[in-house]
Formats: sequence, C-alpha cells, structure tokens
Amino acid sequence: MPSPRPLLARLRALLILPAFALLCGCDMVVLNPAGDVARQQGDLVIVSTLLMLLIIVPVMALVVLFAWRYRESNQEATYAPDWDHSTSLELVIWSAPLLIIICLGAITWVSTHLLDPYRPLSRTAPGKPIAADVKPLEVQVVALDWKWLFIYPEQGIATVNEMAAPVGRPIRFRISASSVMNSFYIPALAGQIYAMPAMETPLNAVFDKTGVFQGFSANYSGHGFSSMRFKAHSTDQAGFDAWVAEAKKAGATLDRAEYLKLERPSEKEPVRRFAGVEAGLFDMVTNLCVEPGKMCMHQMMALDAQGGMGKAGLHNVRQLAYDKFGGRGTHAHAGKSFVGEICADKQDIAVRAAPKPGNPRPLTGAGMKQPAAEPTPTAPSVASETRPRPLS
Amino acid sequence: MSTANLTGQYYDLHEHEHPDGYSTTLGFWIYLMSDCLIFGMLFATYAVLGGNYAGGPGPKDLFDLNLVAINTSMLLFSSITYGFAMIAMQKGSKQGLIGWLILTLAFGLTFLGIELYEFHHLIEEGAGPQRSAFLSAFFTLVGTHGLHVTFGSIWLVTLLFQVGKHGLTAANQRRLSCLSLFWHFLDVVWIGVFTFVYLMGALR
Amino acid sequence: MIPQPAPVSPILGKLSLDALPLHEPIVVATFAVVALGGIGLFAALTYFRLWGYLWKEWFTSVDHKKIGIMYMILGLVMFLRGFADAIMIRSQQALGFGGSDGYLNSHHFDQVFTAHGVIMIFFVAMPFVTGLMNYVVPLQIGARDVSFPFLNNFSFWMTVGGAVLVMASLFIGEFARTGWLAYPPLSGLAYSPDVGVDYYIWSLQVAGVGTTLSGVNLIATIVKLRAPGMSLMKMPVFTWTALVTNILIVAVFPVLTVVLALLGLDRVFHTNFFTNDFGGSPMLYVNLIWIWGHPEVYILVLPIFGVFSEVVSTFCSKRLFGYSSMVYATCVIGILSYIVWLHHFFTMGSGASVNSFFGISTMVISIPTGAKLFNWLFTMYKGRIRYTLPMMWTVAFMLTFVIGGMTGVMMAVPAADFVLHNSVFLIAHFHNVIIGGVVWGVFAAINYWWPKAFGFKLNEFWGKVSFWMWVPGFWVAFTPLYMLGLMGVTRRMRVFDASFDPLRIYYWIALLGAFMIAAGIGAMLIQIGVSIWKREELKDESGDPWNGRTLEWATSSPPPEYNFAFTPKIHEIDAWADMKAKGVARPTEGFRDIYMPQGTWAGITLAGLATLCGFALIWQVWWLAIASFVGVVATAIAHTFNYNRTFYIKADHVAEVEAARTAQLAALEKGAA
Repeated sequence: MPSPRPLLARLRALLILPAFALLCGCDMVVLNPAGDVARQQGDLVIVSTLLMLLIIVPVMALVVLFAWRYRESNQEATYAPDWDHSTSLELVIWSAPLLIIICLGAITWVSTHLLDPYRPLSRTAPGKPIAADVKPLEVQVVALDWKWLFIYPEQGIATVNEMAAPVGRPIRFRISASSVMNSFYIPALAGQIYAMPAMETPLNAVFDKTGVFQGFSANYSGHGFSSMRFKAHSTDQAGFDAWVAEAKKAGATLDRAEYLKLERPSEKEPVRRFAGVEAGLFDMVTNLCVEPGKMCMHQMMALDAQGGMGKAGLHNVRQLAYDKFGGRGTHAHAGKSFVGEICADKQDIAVRAAPKPGNPRPLTGAGMKQPAAEPTPTAPSVASETRPRPLS
Repeated sequence: MSTANLTGQYYDLHEHEHPDGYSTTLGFWIYLMSDCLIFGMLFATYAVLGGNYAGGPGPKDLFDLNLVAINTSMLLFSSITYGFAMIAMQKGSKQGLIGWLILTLAFGLTFLGIELYEFHHLIEEGAGPQRSAFLSAFFTLVGTHGLHVTFGSIWLVTLLFQVGKHGLTAANQRRLSCLSLFWHFLDVVWIGVFTFVYLMGALR
Repeated sequence: MIPQPAPVSPILGKLSLDALPLHEPIVVATFAVVALGGIGLFAALTYFRLWGYLWKEWFTSVDHKKIGIMYMILGLVMFLRGFADAIMIRSQQALGFGGSDGYLNSHHFDQVFTAHGVIMIFFVAMPFVTGLMNYVVPLQIGARDVSFPFLNNFSFWMTVGGAVLVMASLFIGEFARTGWLAYPPLSGLAYSPDVGVDYYIWSLQVAGVGTTLSGVNLIATIVKLRAPGMSLMKMPVFTWTALVTNILIVAVFPVLTVVLALLGLDRVFHTNFFTNDFGGSPMLYVNLIWIWGHPEVYILVLPIFGVFSEVVSTFCSKRLFGYSSMVYATCVIGILSYIVWLHHFFTMGSGASVNSFFGISTMVISIPTGAKLFNWLFTMYKGRIRYTLPMMWTVAFMLTFVIGGMTGVMMAVPAADFVLHNSVFLIAHFHNVIIGGVVWGVFAAINYWWPKAFGFKLNEFWGKVSFWMWVPGFWVAFTPLYMLGLMGVTRRMRVFDASFDPLRIYYWIALLGAFMIAAGIGAMLIQIGVSIWKREELKDESGDPWNGRTLEWATSSPPPEYNFAFTPKIHEIDAWADMKAKGVARPTEGFRDIYMPQGTWAGITLAGLATLCGFALIWQVWWLAIASFVGVVATAIAHTFNYNRTFYIKADHVAEVEAARTAQLAALEKGAA
C-alpha cells in the first residue's frame, strides 16, 4: 500500500513508545518486521487504528464527559426527559462512521489486492521495483505432524525446521500439509496463510533485513503444536550459498520412502538437512500420492471431471485411501490390481514436475494494475492447474 | 378525564383469552422454515461435493430414473390424497378423513419402501455412502428426507388414533393442518431432490 | 480390506474402565469435590424434603419466569466451570516457560481450552441470554406466558442435557482436543479417534435442539402475544433485539445442526464430507460452521444491546434517544451478520476480491453498531444519571466495547488480518467484545431485573467490589494479550521455548488479571449471598424500584403467576412511564378467570431420554441409543394424547392476590407520605 513512510514511521514510534516505556522493550515484530509485505501489513494495522481513533477518541471523551456532567447530583445540568430525537444528530451519528468506513473500505480493497498472497511481488522495498529478469526463489513448504519441511527445488535441497533466503530476493512459497490444517507464519516476513492437506496455497514475500526470525504454525494442529517452530534466516547471498552448501554436505536424499518416514508424527524435531530431493516430491505431497500405489488427487479429479469411472471404479478404494481410516503409511498390497492403478505411474509424476512455460495467475481484482515488471513466472505444473482454488 | 376512564383506556378490562393454538400455525411455519434450512444446507453440501466421485461411479451410472419416477409419483399422490383428507375434514366427515389418511399413509410407505430398496441396491453394489463424497452427500440428503417422511408417517398413525378416539376436535383439526403443512413441505423438498439430484444428475 | 477401527463391544460400546481418567490427579480431585458437593446437595434437598417442591414448582413448571430463572442458574453454574478452565489456561501459559512443561500435559491442556470456549459460548452466554429473554420478554409485551409453554420447558431441559454431557466428559472419557469449532481433518476420525469430539458433537446437538425451539417459541410469542396497542414500533427495545436475535437463532442453528451431523456421520459411518481423501472437503466444514458462527456472535450481543438500551434510558430518567434508528440498526446488524462469515478465515487463501467483499461487509456492521453507541450516548445527554450498578456496568461497557470494536475492524482488513489472525491479539479482541459486551451486559441485566424476579434488590457494596475487580481486572488480563499479539505470539500454545523468555512477564500480568476477575466473581457470589441473607432490608414492595419505563415494572415483584390481572393497553413506546405520567389507576375489581398453561413432566423426561441417547451415541452403545431414542418418540407421542394442558386461575384467587397487592401499594404510599 503506498503510504507516506516518514509520517507513518513517526506515528508508529508514537504508538509503540508507551509500550516500550512500560515494559521491557520487547520487539513488536508485527509492527516492525523485516520484510516489505509484513511492513505494509503492519502499516495497515496502524492506519486503520488511526482512522478509527478519529471517531473512537471523541466518543470515549463524550462518554466520560456526559457521564460526569449529567450525574444526578449535578442539578445545574439541563434535564430534558422527553428529548429523544434530533434529525441533524441522527445524520451525524450515521454518517460519521459511514465516512470512516468508506475510507477504510477503499484502503481495504486496494491493500487486499496489492497484498494478496497469490500476487507476485512488484517491489522488494518502497521504490525498489523488481527487475524483469529476477526469478523468485521457490520454497515448497509442507506442514507435517509437528514440524516443517522446506524443499528448495532450485537448489535441490530440503530442510526440516529451518529455512533461509537471501535478503532482497523475492520468495515464492508453495505451501501444503500432510495431515491437518496448519498456518504458515513468519511474522517478520509476511502474513500467514493456511497450510492444508491436498491443497496448495501460495505466498509471495521478501526479506529486506538480515537476521534470524521466528516462524511457526499459527493454527492449532494437535498434540505437538506448541513446538512446531522453526528459524527463518535472512542472509546475504554468500550466507545463503553457505547455508545451501551445508545442506549439500548432509548427504542424505529426501525420496518418497524417506518422506514417509519423516511425516510420521514427532515433536521438537531438530533441524535436519537433505542434500537431494526426489523430483516432484512436493506435487506428490499435495496430491496425496507419495506412498507408492496411490492414485494422485489430480488424476482422480480429472477422472471425476469426466464423470467418474462408473461402477468399475467402485472397488479401487485402496488407491484412494489416504488417512480416512488412520491407515496412512501402510503399504499398498502388491499383486492386487485395480483399475485406478493404471493411472498412478511414476513417469507421469516426473512429467508433471517438469517446468513448462505458462501464464502467471491473472490478477483477479477489477481495475487493478499489474505489477510493472512481471517476473518470469515459475511454471505452474499441470497439477496446480487441475487443482481447485480453495473454496471460499 | 376521570381515573376510571383512564383505567379502562390503559387496561383491557373485557379481554378475551387467546384461543388455544392461537400461535400454533405461525410457530409451525417458523419451525418448517428452520427445517427448510436444514435441507438447504444439505443441498448446498450436495452442490459442493456432488461432483466428487473419487474415481467411482457418478449419478448416471447409479440412478434408475424409472424407479425414481415411480417413487416421485408415490409422494405426489400422497400429497393429493392428503389434500382430499383435509377437504373431508373441512366437511366434517370423519370416515372420509380416515380413509384418505390411510391412503396417504400407504403412498408414503410405498415411497419409503422404494427408497429403501434403492439404498439397499446401491449399498449392495458397493456404492454406499463411504465410497465417495458424492455418495455421502447423496445418501445424507435423500436419507434425511426419508427420515422426515418416516416421522411424518409415525405422526400420521398417531393422528389416526387420536381422530378415531376423540373425533374432529379443534385440537385434532389443528394437528391435522400442521401435518398437512409438513407433508406438503416434504413434497416440495422432494421435487427439489428429484430435479437437482436425479434429473440434473442424469444430465451431468 | 481397509483397516477398520477397533471393534466396539455390543453391550458397552467403547465404554470401559479406561474411560475413567484415574491417571489425572487434577480431574480426580475435581471429581472428589464435585461428588462431595453433589452428595451434600442431594442430602440437603432430601433432608429438607425439597424434591417434591422442586419437581412440582420448578422442574415441570412451564412458567416463563421460573424457566428464565433456571436458565440463569444454569448459566451461572457453567460460568464457574468455564472460568475454572480459564484460570487453568492462564496459569499453564504463565508456567510453561524456560523448558518447563507447566502442570498440564497437552492431552489435558488441549481439552481445557476447547472446553473453555464451548462452555462459555454454548452453556454460559446462551443460557444467560435465553434466560433473560424468557423472563423479560413476556412481561415487557404484557403477555401471560410464551406461545408454547411446554416447548419452553423442553428447550430448557435440552440445554441442560447438553451441559450435562459436557460435564460428563470431564469424568467419563474426555472432551475434544480440537479448539472450540473442531475443524476437520483434526476433528475427523483419523486424527481424533477417541470420544472427545463425539462429546462435542452430541452435547451441542442436544443443546442446539433446545435453542432452536426456544427461538421458534419466542418469535411466535413476540409476533402473536403483544398487548393490544403495542405495534412493532412501540415495542421496548429489548423485545426488539430479542425478536431479531430469535430470528437469527432459527435461521442459523439448523446450519450448526447439519454441519455437526455431517461431522458425526464422518466419524461414525465413515462418510466423506470433511475427509482429506475420497473427495471430502474440510474447507466446506469451515465455511458452514462459520455461517452459523458469525451470526451466533450477534445472537449473543444483540439482546445485550437491548439490555443496555433499557438500562440507559431508565437510569438517565429519559426517553431513549433515536428509538427508530436503534430498531433499524438492530435489523441491519441482523441481516449483515449473514454475509461476513468468511472474515474468520481470510487466511485460507480465497481470492483478493472475495476477501475484500467480506472485509468490507464486516466493517459496514460497525456503522449500525456505532449508531447504537451514539444513541446511548445521547440518551445520557441532558439526562439525570443515577449511578446504580446496572448503569455503572453500562458506562464500563461503552468505554470497553469501543476498543473491542476498533480491534475488530482492524482485523476486518484482510491484509492486516494476515498478521493478526489466530494470534493472542484475536483472543484479546473477542474477549474484549464478549466480556466487555455480553458478560457485563448480563451483569447489568441481573442487577437490573433481580428485584423484579425476587422482590428485593442486590447488595450495592459487594456489587461495587465486584465491578471494581472485574473492570480493571479485564484490562490487566487482556492488554498484555493485545501486546503479545503484536509481537507475533499465536494462540493455544501450551509451552514456550527459550525465544519467549522475555515475554513471560506479559503472561504473568495476564494471570494477575485473571485472579482479579476471579475476585470479581467471588464478590458477585458474595453479593448474591448477602442479598438473600438481608433480603428484608433490601426489600422492594413497589414493583418499580428503578422508576422504570417498560411494562415489566407495572406489576408486582415478583410478578404473580399470571403476570397481569388485566392486560395493559399500549399507547406509547415507554408504556409504563406513560401510565405513570398520566396517573392511570390499577383496576381493582371485575377480575375474571385467567386461562393458564399447566406444568408437565414431559419436557424433562424427553430431554433426559435425549441426553441418554446422546451419551449412548458418544460411546456407540447402540442398543441404548436405539432404546432411548424409541423412548423419546414414545414419550412425545404419549404427550400428544394429553389434551388438557391448561387450567383456569379462578377469579376469586386473582381478586385475592390483587387485593393484597393493592393493600401493599397503599401501605407504601402511606409510608412515603
């Protein structure tokens, strides 16, 4: 949201100061973050507060004033027991909030579109547009029971409970989950978005300060939820390269078997690193078909779109069972062949994962300008095209 | 003006009690609307999940429109016969009323029988509510309607006894009108089910 | 084939000795206290031979006044339970720092915060609000009872049934560990295989039936039973808010019933509504439950707005400013509350336009709400404000609620919500509106209408102690949460790792606030106790201790069974104020027989069987479930064979009661002169 920065900065200081003075000077990370997106969101918090204070402060003052002035013992105050209507006052009390809501509504419309997590970033900081040739860093995020998995397809590495990104480079998160709903949130970087099984939600963000920040799940997800936290490192390019190199040294590869081991419930998981990642793993996760022999969601949905598989499809249940019966992690029984199995071959997954050129998501807001410099889009896979947008 | 006059002006000194069941029709209508919302939600659920066959069969593979047509006609007939029952009631013919009600009940039970047959057939084939979200939504929507018809039938039997025992008293007439509303309401809901689930399913 | 869940016993279902939480010392101790208290109460009631009285005069009563009082007692009892949960949450969060595990394990803590939310909304706020409407509405509209008195009794006992199931979960099995809205897939069978979520589902289903029917009942009452002359635009504002609230109840509780039923089907019959696989959609659940959930907020707060309207105008001795704009604001809020539900999950990733729509519609609600606040403000203007307890709560409400409203609108901006959603800022916000709005409003209402219900006022001193503990206590408890939210701390955390160490002080301050509130609750209980003890000193014989303006003050305190010997005729909005101004004399002769509904055993029996059925379904004891359900149907049918549900209060008796009242008023007047 374009806003007069210096004024806002001063206002923010004004708001935070009493709090600082009062208590140990803790870091209000939401209002003072380290990422352009989060900063604009924090500014929105302040702008909307100030706008509403325009009406709330007078109201509170009047409540106190009237409560004092018209107390029973003050016989000097006017008493008009039958005064119950005033058209001009009515006009004021309906229109004053209305005006403020009109302002706030306009801000809401604009900011919601500009800060839409689906929308590719147009700048890394105020006045710093993103050049056309900058490719965002793709980070695939999976919320597992109760830890976070980060996959870096460009670097070919994966980590558990730790992420890093170079400062100033746009990051495009693709977020999903393995079992229940979580919410992916790094307050210093950008607002949160739900991580849901069999769904993919995107988040575009960028760090504009270096440092180590907290990330966590902001949606209660069961027993190990409290410790479902990770550190997000914002470093310079060299630092990031070193971080990647460290992961590369780890040696292990995150393939499907390793993932199935990893996704089993555990808590307070230490940081783990994988030097390699099986191609297309994230797509398999979002399609609930990491386990060999399972039909991928997108295949199922494609079949459904054509009217299902008829009565022949009635018994291909095992291919579709993911977690309904608590049977996740069981192996498909070899030797039993079902109709659905034909569709679930591994080759297909590899094809889906291969980058293809495509259009970035069009901006849905009417009349909104596209970002000036369109970054080269990361190819949306076939999978993400057949996948529905979250229901709203 | 004297105080006595004022008292008369401010208190209803010659009031008449509200008759028994004064609010019943309104109350029953409100209840029906809340029930309508239950169906509304089930329809909405069906609209969202109705295409999720989970690699299984869709409506075209499962529904036998001829059977459903017969079924629908059973329910529509039962509504007509209930209408005749109400006419008989208005004419004060207890025998006529009971006759028409029994006919209504017979149509209602036939409807339920056909529906149970359909469900049984589907489940036996493996297309039970566990198979896909589409089938879950289908069974729940149609099953909830069936449950309503079941309770309507139990209610109808109760009323048959009560009319038999006490005759066409005001209270019984009121109850018969409420059941009439309920019965026709279920008919309307079924027309929605028939159109939305079966006919549009066949077109899908 | 597919792995099936463990088989259940045909006799006991899932029930076994393991269901008793003997390994949880806190629960065992609680059980001991509850059991001892229960035995003591039972013994006392038996010793004083009160069972017959209770059964005849209260449990089977269809008198809206008694049912209203029973709702309030239910709300108060459950409030103590819900607050105990709150103290446990606050102290666990204050202790779970620096590597400590606190004193609650996650199995226990997760149940506690779920139960806290469920109990406070469904079994505290709802009974309080329903109880107030039940007691006050028929009196305010000059009716003798509600439209369907038997249904009223049944609704109440269904609400009790739900509460009994929640309480049973404490000692038999466990409650849900999912948060108060039980989002799937977490609440699905795969991730919550135990009975906790079943307790959640069935307690709310049982109570939900009661709530829906009581909504139907009150709408019919308000539409049909108003005194002659009381057009819609002459109804007291509280009755107006009650009407809109009950329309909301009837229009949204079916949604809750459906969504919980579908979740139950998923859990028991393995259907696929909200599963991850087989085409289910957990997001559908989230949408459906909030389609109920948001209007629910207004169901709670609208009647309370009505309470404040009555209180402000009474204690400012002045007509309410902007009556019609108040009415329109109420209706607008009622309508708008249906189109804002998505603001509870902007972060689910709906598109920007969808989010904007719901964000802006949310903000629009603040316009009529703001108008209401201004109306109260200008009612105070040029008034003569008497600072009794109800008015003190009202001023505290006005100052507190605006802050809650402000933080609410902040979170209605979707992009701002992305950083505040699910944080403790959100917790602070909704406690700000629910405590600062609903709870304090209920306290204002209790202090306001108590003399009407019992014929004596509540003790002022202890009421003020309670007030001065509650109001600062609230701010001490929740200001730290607002600040923590801005530091990016999320809700429902049980333990905090080392990075949180500097924040510990905030949790300790919040805990201090919770203890202040506890003191406020204690003072309130003392207030009630002292008032009953000294009821002779606090006695009000006038029936109109506050110089009230609406019809409930026109009759004696407590009102006779039939409320009004003659139904008043209405000419003005503030009917009673109008009658007082004109000096209308009570009619003292010409009494007639009064036609009244009769008490019935059917309500409590039906609800008892329904609760048993719920319990059996939770534990999958199928034979018992079927038997008790058949019992419900059979009882209902048996009840319909009872045609004699009314009786006449004889004119002689009415004349006797009214003569006593006349004498009482005459003595009072003499004393005054």
